Amino acid sequence: MSDKTYPTTWRRPPQIVADRRWRIALQLGILAYLVLAMGSVEVDWQRVSVGLERGQRFIMGFLQPDFTSRWNDISRGLVESLTMTLTSTVVGVLVSVPIGIGAARNLAPAWIYYICRSIIAVSRALQEVIIAIFLVAMFGFGPFAGFLTLSFATIGFLAKLLADDIEEIDEAQAEAIRATGASWWQLVNYAVQPQVMPRLIGLSLYRLDINFRESAVIGIVGAGGIGATLNTAIDRYEYDSAGAILLIIIGIVMIAEYGSSYLRKFLQ
Amino acid sequence: MTEITHYRQTWTHRTPRARLLLWTGWAALVALFLWCWQVMTENTIWAFVWDAPRQAADIGSRMMPPRLSYLPELMVPLWDTLNIATLGTIAGVIMAVPVAFLAARNTTPSTRLLRPIALFIIVASRSINSLIWALLLVAIIGPGLLAGIVAIALRSIGFVGKLLYEAIEETDARQIEAIEATGASATQVLSYGIVPQIMPAFWGISVFRWDINIRESTILGLVGAGGIGLKLQASLNVLAWPQVTVILLLILGTVVVSEWVSASVRKAII
Repeated sequence: MSDKTYPTTWRRPPQIVADRRWRIALQLGILAYLVLAMGSVEVDWQRVSVGLERGQRFIMGFLQPDFTSRWNDISRGLVESLTMTLTSTVVGVLVSVPIGIGAARNLAPAWIYYICRSIIAVSRALQEVIIAIFLVAMFGFGPFAGFLTLSFATIGFLAKLLADDIEEIDEAQAEAIRATGASWWQLVNYAVQPQVMPRLIGLSLYRLDINFRESAVIGIVGAGGIGATLNTAIDRYEYDSAGAILLIIIGIVMIAEYGSSYLRKFLQ
Repeated sequence: MTEITHYRQTWTHRTPRARLLLWTGWAALVALFLWCWQVMTENTIWAFVWDAPRQAADIGSRMMPPRLSYLPELMVPLWDTLNIATLGTIAGVIMAVPVAFLAARNTTPSTRLLRPIALFIIVASRSINSLIWALLLVAIIGPGLLAGIVAIALRSIGFVGKLLYEAIEETDARQIEAIEATGASATQVLSYGIVPQIMPAFWGISVFRWDINIRESTILGLVGAGGIGLKLQASLNVLAWPQVTVILLLILGTVVVSEWVSASVRKAII
């Protein structure tokens, strides 16, 4: 019998880039980039040290939030944000269902498929804030522009996920319905809809949550909602009111997250 | 002998009671929608809304020949934007890793105290958009790239932390047990049992977040946090619409490229 010697120490094999030379080149490249990138950051340390005192005041404002003195503005912003969130989610879902069906390769003819996919691509590529800037310029300040922005953004999100979901359905069920001589509408209603409905409801609830968070942002460019109130509070250096608004946003997002996960469990 | 039971001839999907509940639910949603619509549009000036197509055509005609000579001026802000996204992602990931280990049920040192704190950090960071973080940070540390980087980093903690702690909780317990059985210390279990299992997820999440951060950093300049958004804001303020077109096209191109990079990197890893 041959006496084979095993090494007594073990080194973990590399996990991502196997070749040693490539690894070194990659590390050097990253290092060079980091040096260049760090060099492009100009920091005015004097300004930072002045600002730290302000940061302290902000943290104090966060710890002792002032809900009362600006309560009228806060509550108006909140009502705008919440109503905007709900209406835009409902409208967005209603519009994205036909677009999502049209963007599913197994249900729609090629030319409809390409039209719907390009609508989705445009909606996903543009930031909410950029859309909001344009819609505010067109429709005037206020929650209506925000509502349109969020609806448009919802289409890109929901229609894409819905279309991907429809493309992944169990073909056997669709085949069975088709074998009964069902029309296209009956096919959608009896073969596709039951398979994608639970996920569609889940996604809509998730989008409701996202839309609320976004509604806090697009107010900064004039599209109504709590973001406008927050922007004003920070501009006036009223950090205690700003802290209160942020805490309200965090609270509502937490409630929405737990509520929607509970609701999804209940529905599925 | 068993008795023959007669079932209904026509098949229905739900019982009448379930149907009634379902329709009530839908009616309630419609009512809520209508009420919200009323409240929301209370102060809307409809003249502006009906005027929108004309405004859109007007803006469109002003935007149309894009001023391509403006493009060279945008290269430095674009480099800044990429740096904000990349450095912000790196900083965010570095801060997110300990938070994720504290939040994961199988690695947290104390479920009573540290886990809720870590979860709160994740929720707080996730619920505040990077634009709002930037708004705050510009007020605190002044306008510039640093505010943008910190804003992106703070926003990334929640995203990376949440996905990473879920990945940690989903690790295969048998492999960890095998390492423990060799008499490994806690840090050795971490480095030989857990880390190799979450490494692909970690890189996937980081690259995914980097892609999102590129998108978000393009607009951070709107509140003064540096990058290409500053140019957008400046052009919008002086109503230089042909420049706005160029900037938007550049942003669109950057987003498409970063999405392609992130998709191919993730495909290579996972």
